[in-house]
Amino acid sequence: MSTTIDDEVTAETPKKPTKRQRQAAGVAEAASGGVKMLLVKVLMLGIVDAIAVYAIFILISSEQWLVAAIVGVVTAIVNWIYFSRTKLPAKYLTPGVIFLVVFQVFVLVYTGYIAFTNYGTGHNGSKEQAVSSLMSSALERVPDSPTYEVTVVDQLGELGLLVTDPDGEASVGTSDSPLTEVDAEMEGGKAVAVDGWTTLNFADVIARTDEITELAVPFSDDPNDGAIRTPDGSSGYLYLSNLEYDAAAGTMTNLSTGTVYTDLGTGAFTSDDGQQLLPGWQIVVGFDNFVRAVTDERLAGPLFYVTLWTFAFALISVASTFFLGLFLAIVFNDLRMRGRKYYRVLMILPYAVPSFLSALVWAGMMNESFGFINQVLLGGASVPWLTDPVVAKISVLVVNLWLGFPYMFLVCTGALQSIPEELQEAATVDGARPWAVFRLIKLPLLLVSVAPLLIASFAFNFNNFNVIYMLTDGGPRDSNAPIPVGFTDILISMVYKVAFTGQSRDYGLASAYSIIIFIVVAVISVIAFRRTKSLEELN
Amino acid sequence: MAAQQPVSGTPIGLVAGEIDEFADASTRASAAIGDAPRRIQPRRPFNFGRWFAATGWRHVVGVVMVAFSLFPIIFVISSSLNPRGTLTGSNALFSKIGLDSYVRILTDPQVPFTTWFGNTLLISGITAVATVFLGALAAYSFSRMRFTGRRFGLISIVVVQMFPQLLAVVAIFLLMSAIGDWFPAIGLNTHVGLIMVYLGGALGVNTYLMYGFFNTVPASIDEAAKIDGAGHARIFFTIILRLVAPILAVVALLSFIASVNEFVVASVLLIDTEQQTLAVGLTKLVSNPRYADWSAFSAGAVIAALPVVALFLFLQKYIVGGLTAGAVK
Repeated sequence: MSTTIDDEVTAETPKKPTKRQRQAAGVAEAASGGVKMLLVKVLMLGIVDAIAVYAIFILISSEQWLVAAIVGVVTAIVNWIYFSRTKLPAKYLTPGVIFLVVFQVFVLVYTGYIAFTNYGTGHNGSKEQAVSSLMSSALERVPDSPTYEVTVVDQLGELGLLVTDPDGEASVGTSDSPLTEVDAEMEGGKAVAVDGWTTLNFADVIARTDEITELAVPFSDDPNDGAIRTPDGSSGYLYLSNLEYDAAAGTMTNLSTGTVYTDLGTGAFTSDDGQQLLPGWQIVVGFDNFVRAVTDERLAGPLFYVTLWTFAFALISVASTFFLGLFLAIVFNDLRMRGRKYYRVLMILPYAVPSFLSALVWAGMMNESFGFINQVLLGGASVPWLTDPVVAKISVLVVNLWLGFPYMFLVCTGALQSIPEELQEAATVDGARPWAVFRLIKLPLLLVSVAPLLIASFAFNFNNFNVIYMLTDGGPRDSNAPIPVGFTDILISMVYKVAFTGQSRDYGLASAYSIIIFIVVAVISVIAFRRTKSLEELN
Repeated sequence: MAAQQPVSGTPIGLVAGEIDEFADASTRASAAIGDAPRRIQPRRPFNFGRWFAATGWRHVVGVVMVAFSLFPIIFVISSSLNPRGTLTGSNALFSKIGLDSYVRILTDPQVPFTTWFGNTLLISGITAVATVFLGALAAYSFSRMRFTGRRFGLISIVVVQMFPQLLAVVAIFLLMSAIGDWFPAIGLNTHVGLIMVYLGGALGVNTYLMYGFFNTVPASIDEAAKIDGAGHARIFFTIILRLVAPILAVVALLSFIASVNEFVVASVLLIDTEQQTLAVGLTKLVSNPRYADWSAFSAGAVIAALPVVALFLFLQKYIVGGLTAGAVK
């Protein structure tokens, strides 16, 4: 049993209980849990196990052996923890830890892996997928080829073709699985239905026309045999690719031009003059993304100024919100003042409104031609609040001050009130001026309790995506950069843009940027927490 | 918004101090620390100069700051009441009053505002409750039990939180699309999937905050219950959870607001318009240049902000210290 409780909950480890004590505690524990508790426990575990078994079944059927094994092992551990008598802390920690490991630890590690690949638009699958998609994109109808009678069928939402060849043999296939012979229900020499598949009626065929005309069912396992396609859902023709894949040599040959594309290890078939056939496939490229981010001139420039601005933004935001909050906390910390409560409630409203909404409203007010600030407050001026590189930075800082000062105000008020009054009295008796009392006594004490919050605030603002994205969308756009980046972008919004906006998604590069941020944040946190330790020794 | 989440090492007195601000001073046994007791003095004639030096200038600061705080809020309320749709039309404050914009945003077939609102409440509500539950379980074991790896666990929880989930947004997207291939019900484009991702942050700074508060509940209460024959689960669910209700409320609120505000992961995981949250939907709505219906957006913003603001103000009052007083005979 590890539930020994100290009188004072302190960090020092208690004496180890003797064997008899442990046994007694175990008996007491077993006796205290009622039958109801046991039933609830068994029921919950039963549900968990049922879900796990179902998940393993699905995973095995899609041949994900490793994931299935992990699910199995984790489920076994969970059962062992909850049925054992001694794993008490684990019983309380397991649920949260599972989520933490999958969605926080694993995804960070996975980000590290992606940073070393060429994952992204044009490189998001295996080599086999790339080959088949290249072949099917280059399909052309074979002249004078026979007509195949086809029936469009559906299996759990996936379209397939039930094909009757000129000899009257029926076979069925989908875009992923080549034609295989089946025993089908025939009607007038044409196969119309087959077990396990739903035949589409005329209305469904009309409704899903686009899908059906896109559908290409491989004729056999060899991609060079071509595929059956149907323009109208009732008659199909054999299409052959004008690319020829030579699996032995690993080359693609364009039959109309005769160009040979080979696999040079760059993740795509490449011709001798450097032409790439896209889509390619995913490969590990080592430090390429990092090297590209730092040495490619068009990328290194933006990375440098975005990093600089990220630091400036986070530091200025923390400093400005803290000093304004502290100033207000001191101003309103006077008992003689009436109506303090109302001022406080009104001043924390900016903190209570969800920040994405506030930022969108500010973006409207700061609009150059129609915004409230230019039109009303400045009487029709046209200050480019969000469109000039320098002014936009100032605007972002002002809006972030508006969003952040109430929090600092609350925190500083709490910290000021927790400083004992006797200190001030003693200092006053010793003849200290109010300013000296504040500077030499109150401020150091306040900093000790607020320092961790300032570090957290810095870390938060370092990745404060919302205010940047909603207010300026990172703009104004830097037209020289090959990636969609702007002059008010911070690192995290740059990651988002590289990965999810623009014409091509570059997951590899975005993850490399993520890793760079990761390292920066880690270094800063370590230094900051060491420094605050030295602050605490003041007490 | 500046850092939303309190951090390790926060003396709980600090939180209590924040909270005291909103308790009605007259109902408290003692005045807040730091306020000098008032002495009864003979009334002096009113002197404006002296009044201004003592408290008057503070009112001036207060009025200026309240104006700075409120003017965007007043602007958005005014433009939401403006029946005309454009940004320019919203500039004359409260020139026209009408509820047309509210009707427009709630009934526009192109903009599923009510669906977004429901999605947001559902996702953020479930995330908040589950975060509190998972965090409280962990905090209880850290606070009441001694085991190998306890210190390491506490430290690593704080360290992991230094790296927010949005850093790994690419990996989260790829992981969820893989999960979606095997189990469509919990993968991409599902609320369950998004909630699971949010729960990755359940053991975090909030756990640390709860841990600190759990430590203020005397261990003698647990021991008294143990002697009366209660098991650990009963102690946790029936005694401890009730004594630490204030901190649970605070953590639930923080978690709720954080999920309402979350844009990056939500925008990447929720693809269909009907699945999206307010943060994703409203942002896309305003960023569309062809959609210039500013007052309808303002009406939506007011509706969206109301529950969060109400919760915030309500829970600030709810938190009162000293719940443990008198629990031990």
